[in-house]
Amino acid sequence: MATALSVKHLIGIKDLTADDIELIFSTAENFKEVINRPIKKVPSLRDITVANIFFENSTRTKLSFELAEKRLSADVINFSTSGSSVSKGETLIDTVNNILAMKVDMIVMRHPKAGAPYFLSNYVNANIINAGDGAHEHPTQALLDAFSIKQTLGDVAGRKVVIVGDILHSRVALSNILCLKKLGAEVKVCGPLTLMPKYIEQLGVSIELDLKKALQWCDVANMLRIQLERQDLKYFPSLREYTMMYGLNKNILNQLDKPIVIMHPGPINRGVEITSDVADSEQAIILNQVENGVAIRMAVLYLLAANNKN
Amino acid sequence: MQSRLILNSQAFEITIRRLCYQLIENHHNFEHSAIIGLQPRGIFLARRIVTMLDAWLPNTPVLYGELDITFYRDDFRRRAEVAKANATKIDFIIEDKKVVLVDDVLFTGRTIRAGLDALLAFGRPRKVELLTLIDRKFARQLPISPNYTGHAIDSIDADTVSVQWKETDLNDSVWLHTTNT
Repeated sequence: MATALSVKHLIGIKDLTADDIELIFSTAENFKEVINRPIKKVPSLRDITVANIFFENSTRTKLSFELAEKRLSADVINFSTSGSSVSKGETLIDTVNNILAMKVDMIVMRHPKAGAPYFLSNYVNANIINAGDGAHEHPTQALLDAFSIKQTLGDVAGRKVVIVGDILHSRVALSNILCLKKLGAEVKVCGPLTLMPKYIEQLGVSIELDLKKALQWCDVANMLRIQLERQDLKYFPSLREYTMMYGLNKNILNQLDKPIVIMHPGPINRGVEITSDVADSEQAIILNQVENGVAIRMAVLYLLAANNKN
Repeated sequence: MQSRLILNSQAFEITIRRLCYQLIENHHNFEHSAIIGLQPRGIFLARRIVTMLDAWLPNTPVLYGELDITFYRDDFRRRAEVAKANATKIDFIIEDKKVVLVDDVLFTGRTIRAGLDALLAFGRPRKVELLTLIDRKFARQLPISPNYTGHAIDSIDADTVSVQWKETDLNDSVWLHTTNT
């Protein structure tokens, strides 16, 4: 197995090889052991400064990155657009170059526009980690999802995964599809046709409109959140109708002939895409995903920093 | 390049046996002690020692763990290659224990420095000792000295020492490779 990543930045899963992903997983396993020690901190990144730049709201991802950075002993600065000079009209490159002038080595960025981290990577001299760009990619989420499947089921190759919900607006869906396909899993997407992107089949996935059939087929169901904030049009008649057609509840699960693993990237809309009894059931690995998120992000930061010889 | 045999399989076995006797002299029945092998190569020596001690002290199983120091190295980002991490497995409390760190070759001492740091993440041991199969004298870059030594050799920095284990290599042996300059 390779010992170094083939990339300098983590912009998307698209740029990673299957070897890169396996290296991130094996390193994350080591870090998972580290964060379960009495002292959960290692000194690897003590000479690295990381800036978390969030142009869009986030709770889990931001906390998870910050914790990962601190457990690697990196120095951390946080920046969010509210109360910053961005509202005074500063450009992205200027904002970031000003931050880099303060000797920052790595940038973790979330941005509402697809491609913003890629654009930035052409102009600045720092490792860039995409923490979500518009409806494009959210690579660390996909890595932690696939890692959680691997930890729960032993492997990813050959597993059947269905991604349910708003595929059209979801960066988690795209990154998940790319990651799972690279690792050899079979992927279906399920949801109302209005929330399916055109040409999605070209990624090697199939569409299933019937939730029950999709669940009957799969080993793992990844239930996405309905992103009401991104929907400027009406894509389905009402939330109630969506829940009746695509909401996961205990009744549907009980009708399946085998137990399946339930995942959710959070934040959960309880009672919309998933009911509380399912979200809190033994089959749900939602909180394992959160724990694995810190380990995966530590692995990504560590491996990218290793390539940074500044 | 010339290769010289330092320990053959018989001398290898005798050396490990002697190290075990020395450990028992100082740790008696190992009630308050633990053996921790350093990944990746120290664990073979540590496992041999623990197997031998367990056979001689059947009433008290010797506490044994394996420690990886990759994330504590002082040459991260300075090496050409990224160091690959190995598994750490310490499923007991080291607080107040007498810990013996075990590695195959003691060279610059930097691995042991990292090992001490890594160990302290698991608590505060009462005492830490160092056992090494081969001590490359005069090569130390840090003030570190072993408590138990299998065999001490004089060598220059350009030389390499390879310890072979029958578990992964052909047989048990130690070789010194020198380059003609």
